[in-house]
Order: sequence, then C-alpha cells, then structure tokens
Amino acid sequence: MIDLIHFTIIIPLVGFLINGLLGRKIKNEKVIGAIGSGAVGIAFIIALGALFQLLSLPESERSQVVTLFNWFSVGNLEINFAYLVDPLSITMALIVTGVGFLIHVYSIGYMHGDKGFWRFFTYMNLFIFAMMNLILGDNFVVLFLGWEGVGLCSYLLIGFWYDRKFEKGTVAQAAKKAFIVNRIGDFGFLLGMFLIYLTFDSLNFTEVFSKAASGAVPEATFTLIALFLFIGATGKSAQIPLYVWLPDAMAGPTPVSALIHAATMVTAGVYMVARTSIIFASAPAIMTVVVIVGILTAFFAATIGLVQNDIKKVLAYSTVSQLGYMFVACGVGAFSAGIFHVMTHAFFKALLFLGAGSVIHGMHEEQNIQNYGGLKKHMPVTYLTFIIAAFAISGFPGLSGFFSKDEILWYSYSNFSLGLWIIAALTAVMTAFYMFRLVSLTFFGEERFDHHKVHPHESPKVMTVPLMVLAFLSVFGGYIGVPELFSGEGGNKFHHWLEPVFAAANGRLAENAEHSHFEEILLMALSVSAAIIAMWFAWKIFTTNKELAEKTSNKFKGLYNILFNKYFVDEFYEKAVISPINKFSEGFLWKIADVRLIDGFVNGTAGLIDNISGTIKRLQNGIAQFYAVIMMTGIAIILFWIIFSL
Amino acid sequence: MPQTTNEYLLILPFLVLSAGIIVSLCVELFFRKGKELLPYLSIALFLIVAYLSVGQIYEKNVLFGGMLITGGIPAIFNLLFAAAGVLVMLNSIGFLKKYGFYHGEFYLLTQLSVLGMMLMAGSGDLVTVFLGLELMSIPFYVLVGMNRKKVSANEAAMKYFLLGAFATGFIVYGIALIYGIMGNTSLIDLTENFYIYSENIIFITGFILILIGFSFKIAAFPFHMWVPDVYQGAATNVTGLMSTMGKSAAFSVIFILLTAVFMNDAGSKLGNYFAVIATLSMLYGSIVALSQNNLKRMLAYSSISHAGYMAIGLAAGNKAALAGIMFYLAAYTFMNLGAFGIISIIEGEEDKQTDLNSYAGLAKRFPFLAGMMALIMFALAGIPPMAGFFGKYYVFISAIQSNMTWLALVGILSSVISVYFYLRVVVYMYFKEPGEEISVKSDYSAYAAVIFAGILILSLGLFPDTFLSVIEYIISV
Repeated sequence: MIDLIHFTIIIPLVGFLINGLLGRKIKNEKVIGAIGSGAVGIAFIIALGALFQLLSLPESERSQVVTLFNWFSVGNLEINFAYLVDPLSITMALIVTGVGFLIHVYSIGYMHGDKGFWRFFTYMNLFIFAMMNLILGDNFVVLFLGWEGVGLCSYLLIGFWYDRKFEKGTVAQAAKKAFIVNRIGDFGFLLGMFLIYLTFDSLNFTEVFSKAASGAVPEATFTLIALFLFIGATGKSAQIPLYVWLPDAMAGPTPVSALIHAATMVTAGVYMVARTSIIFASAPAIMTVVVIVGILTAFFAATIGLVQNDIKKVLAYSTVSQLGYMFVACGVGAFSAGIFHVMTHAFFKALLFLGAGSVIHGMHEEQNIQNYGGLKKHMPVTYLTFIIAAFAISGFPGLSGFFSKDEILWYSYSNFSLGLWIIAALTAVMTAFYMFRLVSLTFFGEERFDHHKVHPHESPKVMTVPLMVLAFLSVFGGYIGVPELFSGEGGNKFHHWLEPVFAAANGRLAENAEHSHFEEILLMALSVSAAIIAMWFAWKIFTTNKELAEKTSNKFKGLYNILFNKYFVDEFYEKAVISPINKFSEGFLWKIADVRLIDGFVNGTAGLIDNISGTIKRLQNGIAQFYAVIMMTGIAIILFWIIFSL
Repeated sequence: MPQTTNEYLLILPFLVLSAGIIVSLCVELFFRKGKELLPYLSIALFLIVAYLSVGQIYEKNVLFGGMLITGGIPAIFNLLFAAAGVLVMLNSIGFLKKYGFYHGEFYLLTQLSVLGMMLMAGSGDLVTVFLGLELMSIPFYVLVGMNRKKVSANEAAMKYFLLGAFATGFIVYGIALIYGIMGNTSLIDLTENFYIYSENIIFITGFILILIGFSFKIAAFPFHMWVPDVYQGAATNVTGLMSTMGKSAAFSVIFILLTAVFMNDAGSKLGNYFAVIATLSMLYGSIVALSQNNLKRMLAYSSISHAGYMAIGLAAGNKAALAGIMFYLAAYTFMNLGAFGIISIIEGEEDKQTDLNSYAGLAKRFPFLAGMMALIMFALAGIPPMAGFFGKYYVFISAIQSNMTWLALVGILSSVISVYFYLRVVVYMYFKEPGEEISVKSDYSAYAAVIFAGILILSLGLFPDTFLSVIEYIISV
C-alpha cells in the first residue's frame, strides 16, 4: 500500500474535479456527498493499509520515498513530486483522512439544502488534497504547495457564506483577514526555505536533515532558519502574535471549523516544527522562544475563553490555547508528545465543534450560549458525546486528553522548569472551567430560549453517527500512548513508534536530569484534582447559581471587559498596523507613487510603443517588389557586415 | 555504393508516406467518394510515420552514402511533423467545406509537403536539403492559393511564390559557392571540418547565403515581409501548417548546418548574425503586433517574434540552446495549431469573423472555445505553467550561459510587450459585451484538434523536464 500512497492525494483531487466541474449539474445532494466523502474514505483506507505495511517493516526501513515525477530542476536544485511515508507522516495522514472522512459525512447532514452544497464538497476535497501534500511531501516545495493550498481552501471555506454578515463586518472580511494574516506567516516560511536552500544546497527533507545532523553549520544559521520557520508556524497554527484570524474563521460553516480550524490545518505548524525537529533542536534559543510563545498563547487564549458567549468563539479560543500546548511540547523537545496531542485534540476538538454544529443546527442558527439551556433532554446524543469531549479536553483521567495533556505537563516540568508547569497547569484548570461553563449553559439549567420560535431537536443520523465514532476515539484514542509511568519501561507505544523520526533531534538536545516517579505522580495528582474541582465548580455555578457568576463579573468589571474584548488586540492591530498602512497606501503609494509615477511611466511607454507600432506598420504596404527590395537590402548589409568583420 | 535491404527498412517512414501519397492520388482520382476518405487516410499515414519514427529515435544511422540520416534528431522532427500533421488534418475536415474549397488535392499536397520536411530534417547532403526544401515549398505555394476564386488567396500565393523563389535562389547560390570550396556537397564533411572551412571567405559567404534563405523560411526580420500578407490571405488551416511545420523544418536544416557550432559549445562569428536577427525579429514582431486588429495578422507578427526568440538559441550556439529550441518548436507548434484551430472554427465564410471584435464576449457564447483560446494566449505570452514559458526559459538560459545576457534581457522585454496583445484577446473574450451575433458551426473533429493541442501545451508545461531530458539524451548520443 505504501507504493499507492499518492492515491491518497490523487483521489481527493479527482473528487474535487468531479464535484467542481459537474456538481452544479448533478444537483443530487446524496451523489455529491457520496463522491466527496467517498474520496476521503478511500484515501483513509489506503493510508491505513500503508500504516500496517509500515508496521510490518523493521524500524530502520520505516521511511520510504515514493517518487511520482521530476517536477523541475534548475541548476543544482532538483524538485521531485515525491511523497515521504514515515511514522510521522502516516500518523498525520490517518488523522486528516480519518477525521476528515467523519466530518465529510457529517456535512452531508449539516449542509443539507444549502444552495452551495456542491461547492462546499468541492472545496473540502481540495482542502484534503492540499493538506495531504503538506503532510506527505518529501521536500519543502511540495510542503509549501500544500501549505499555500490549505491557506487558499481555508479562505474559500471561511468565506463560504460570503453574502452573510459576521459580527461587525461581513463573512468576506473574516475570510480576507485569515488570508492576509496567514500571508505574513507564509512570508516567514518562504524566507526560511530560501535560507535552507542557501545553507544546505537542497530542499529535500532527507538531504537537508542529514546535512543538518552532521554539523558543520554554525548555530547562528540554525537560529535564523528556525526563527523564520517558526514565524510561518505562528501564522498557520494561530499563535501570538498572529492568532487573531482563527476566532474570526468561525464565520465559516461549522464542519469547516471542525476540520480545518481545529483538527487538521491549524496543526500544520506543529507538524512542520516536528518535521524539522533537527533544525529546531540545533537552535536552543528558538526552542525557548517556541516555549514562551506557546505557553503565553495557551494561557491568554484560555483566559479569553472564560467569558465568551458565542459557542464557537469559546471553542475557537480553546483551540488556540491547545495549539499553544502543542508548541510548548515541541519547544521543550518532546516532539512526539506534541504530535500525540495533535491526534487526541483532533478527536475531541472535532467532536466539540461537530457537537456545537449539531446544537446550532437544532437551535435554528442561534450561537449565543446565554440563549441555550436545558438542551440535555432535547438532544441526548449530542449531549452525551459533547460531554465526553468536554471531559476529554479537560484531562479527566482515563480519557484521551488526559494522556496527551499530562505528558506535555510532565515534560514542561522535567525538561524545562517548575514555573512553566505552573502556568501550563493553570491553563488546564481554566480549560476545565470554561468547558464546563459551556456544557452547563448549553445542556443544563433552565431553558432560556423562546419556545414559540425555537423547537430544539436532535440532528439526523448522518450527523450523530460521526459524533459517536469521534466520542469513541476521544475516550479510547489515548491508550496507544499510555505514559511509561503506568505501562512500564518502553510501554508508550506512540512514543516508540515516532522515535526514529525524532532520533536525530533527541540526540542533539541536552540530556535532562532524571526525575523520580514520585514527582510525576504528585504533579499529575495536583493538576488533575485542580481540574476536576474547576469542572465541578463551573458546573455548579452555571447550572444552579448563575447570579454568583454575574455578581463576580460585575465586581471585576474592568478585568471582565478586558477579557470579553479579547485584550483589545484586534483594536490595537487596527490602530497600530492596519490604519497606518492604509493611510500610507492611500496617501502616498496610490495617489503619488502609483498614479503619478508608475502609471505615468507605464502609460507613457505604452503610448510611445503604440506610436512606433503605428509608424512601422506602414512599411507593410502590400507591394511585393518593395518586399524584395527590403530583403535585398538586408542581405547586402549582412553580407558586408560579416565579410568585413572577418 | 552497396545498398542493403537494411537501409530500405530504415527509410520505411519515407517509403510508407510516399506509397501513401500515390494511394491517395489514386483514391482521389478513381473514387467518387474518395475525398471523404482522404483525411482519415492521411491521419493513418501520419500515425504510422509517428510510430515508425519513435522506434528509430535512439539509433542514429547514416544511409545511402551519407545522403540521408535517420534516427536521433531527425526522428524527433518526424514525430513533431506527424503529430502536427494529424492536428492539421483533424482541423481541416470541417473547415474545407466551409472555406469553399473541397477537393482531395489539399490532403495530397499536405502529405507531399510533410515528406519534404522529413527529407529536410534527415538530410546529410546539401542536395537532399534542396530536394526536401522544394518538395515542401512548392505544395505550400499551391496550398496558399488553393481557392482560386478568392482574390486575397491568389495575391498571397503569388507573393509567397515570388519571394520564396527569390530566397531559394540565394540558397542555391550559396550551395554553389560552398561546392566550389569543398569540392563536394556533403553536410557530414561540412560539419566535421567546419572550423577549417570557415576561415575561407567564399565559404562563409555561401554559408551566410544559405542561412539567409532559411531565415526567410523561419520568418525572421528582415526576411519576414511576406509573412503577414501570406498568413492572412491563406486559408486558416494552411496558415497553421506553414507557420508551424514549415518553420520547424527550416529550423531542422539550420540545426544540421550549425551542428559543429552546437556540439562544441563554441559559438562562432555567426553568433552575431543571429543575435541581430533575433533582436530585430522579437522587437519588430511584438511591436507591430500591438496595432493589429485581425487575429490572423496578429499571429503572423507573433510568429515573427517567436522566430526571434528561437534565434536567441541559435546565437547562443550551445547544446542547451539546441535542446531548448527543439522544446520551443514543439511548444510553438501546438500553441499555434491550437490558436489557428480555434480561429478556423470561429471564422465564417469569406474570411469574416477573424477580427478581434468577433471575439468580444465569446466566453458567454462559447465558454469552451473561449477557455481554450485563453489557455493558448497565456501559453503564447509565456505564462507558466504553460508550454510557452519553458520554451522561452530554456532559450534565455542558454543565452546567459553563452554570456549573452543582454540578448536574454531583450527577449524578456519583448515578452513583456507581447503580453499586451495576447491578453487583449482574453480581455475581449471575457470582459467585453458580445457585439453582433456570429454564427459558428460546431465541428467535432476541429474541437478534437484543439483539445489535443491544449493537452499537449499543458503537458509540455507541467512536465518540461521530462521532455527536455529526452531531447538532451538524444542529442548527446
């Protein structure tokens, strides 16, 4: 199946082409949905086959390149359209196609009756195509192709309902914001790529990483490359300072938020850092930057999440915060823990978003959780699966989120410092609090919606079955990565599976001091019990004693306002960056540089050439004798010239 | 001169085509419905030629005491001629009925001219060159004027014949001078001892005269004067044939003449000649094309400037240039055949609907044709990932390798100018409101030709290295 890996990319492309070219004519939603979901489903099966084949190989051979064709070669630079199958890429491929398939199926129900039904599935398949290129590409150029491709799809899907209003602006503006902010990151990534080519004379992963591992490159170079790559990652994975697009990305349909803005695309930055782990491991300064950016993002996003009222906004900030965790893991050198969290997060965050979608669907497009309440009895399946996901993300012992989050917390202490652990644990407590605030405001307490207008109902099977599958994964998905504390030496299968990919990076990182199991158990007990208390507390307040919440928020009105307005970061960017650029663009670049200088020059040149053209056109007078004279003159001049220059 | 049956096996492509020509003649003469069959017979013939040429591509043979060379570069050219021939045939089936000339001779003459081109590409002796050249040119003169009731076609044919004969005269004169110095007409002798002979002023004069003759055939400035009138006056499918395959055949001869220069990566004093020709052709073609409103005439000037781009490679005179020009020729052939194919579909009777205004709002009426035309215009303008971009790119790179960066810059400048008139067509098709209603008959075989051309343009542009490495490999053998 490894040799067939390119079909995981081609089949979604075919699905994209069929739905894109013929979707408008097919009209039948079932057919379009089946093509769209089927393409991703087949890709998943192929990826699964490749996984089993990879497992059957000895560890040293678990990295195989499938070359399709030579894309282009310029000088020394040779770029192949080739795919790299190794534990890391196949793990990501399974997440993308697996979760992607479930979300595609769910969308058949969610998008039912939308006038752009075919367009939706077209974009979704294009997204899977681009994402698979990003994950499986065996060089930076194919990765970049996918990187830009997912950015484009994200833009198209955020702006899917381009004619609707969103908050203060329009959906189209939200899409534009996402695209532009991402471009800033992409620019950094591109610079990183140039620098890699300058340093290693290649853009091929295998070559670059083996040259990076063998040394001979100064640390300063690594620092610069890693910095640029990380800027790229902050754009795509919504980290400080470029996270602002992700909350606005919620303007898109909810399945899009689940697939692109929670489970897959936003983890591309984490994947890229993990993929280039050897470069990051060689730049300790940037590793620290990654940790700091990651933990700050995790913490501040969680504080914002505490007070938001839009169900999708809460989940969006939660995503930003969880992505911060993943970067913390990478920054402290626990790359496989980061990828493990990517996986479990994909399960429970996709489930949360889909559950939210189910609620929004049942509540007739209402998104404000203050207007929900008591939905438990109206939508039992959604309720049950949602609460499982909430337990998982809060790190309830035994669920998938517990294993991955605890691993990150432990490494943040053992590889870094106690201070980092404290902030990370505090973030985990806040996560538990806002998730259960969300759960109780939505599913418990009194029904605060207007019974005459809104009749909450459970969603159809095509939507609830994917929820159940994801709930199953959220519960049991963590058991492939049980920490060694419980499973004994070498018992963490996930860790062991990814080990060959990160071997070089781990070899370069400094050895950390040994820590005892007692410390590990103590810290785990502390963070878990604090989180459970926070969950209970949130549930209690928001179900039975809502006045207490209101009183508290009134008491700390200033703080509440800051949090509610997201630290005024958007307003700050508007004043400090966007509006000066706009003014400069309009006042100088447009009215003076463009209109006067450039247009003047261009139009002048064009006018001149036009005049010349009109003049020499007259030479073509249609008289054959004249043509012969011109020829003759030409021959005479050329002969004289050549002969006399000999 | 011992001749083995083996030699006859090797010239099978020529034999098959010759036999096919005789069969076509008989079919035309003796069957009333013969002319309905001829296009398909021609396509079959070209496909056989293509098949046989592919088989020979990797084995080079010198035959008949050095008169003819098969395999290698000639085989690539044969393949190109055959593929282009198939496209022209597909394009002609419906067009000839509309054009008012519906006789079997068209197919016969096309087959003859292709045979001539194959002889040119495979010639090992100046005599073979001349034979092939005339075998190609004379059918061309007739094809241009094939509709004898049409004044413009007659005028075009007459001009083409007069000026063509003029150019041929120089070629013969050049051959005579070279024979006087070398004592034979063997191209193998000429290329092997080129640097010795080129010390001789008479030899160089003769050589230049031959090059001038072929510069006429490739439509380079200042020997281009016939091009706009003839391209516009001839039937559109004949214009397609002449502008692509005729030009390729002329280039194949220039390659043979300059083999010594190319293979030694040495360049020569002739580099200056081609540099000047290239500069003038590119700029003249691009600038004058700006003020053309007739699409056929615009493409005629565009053809002059494309000859200029390819002449950049001749000026550079290294192996990379040789491969680059061959790639360019293939790209150019399919781009132009596609463009003329679409023009021939849209064109009405009596040359109507060939001006830009007929294309206004085409995207709304014929989205498929407009889309293909846009693709081809982007390709001609040299916008990646279409074939035209890589053609120019390879040629420019070869110039830079030969320290002629200025020439590459002129090429880029000219490309910039050319974008204006190519994209103007796209603007007309997509952004202008449709003018008066135009009538277009659907013609499925012509559509097929356009689609094939489009596929070839895209695949040359998407996998340029694959094609280029095959060409480079064959050259190095």
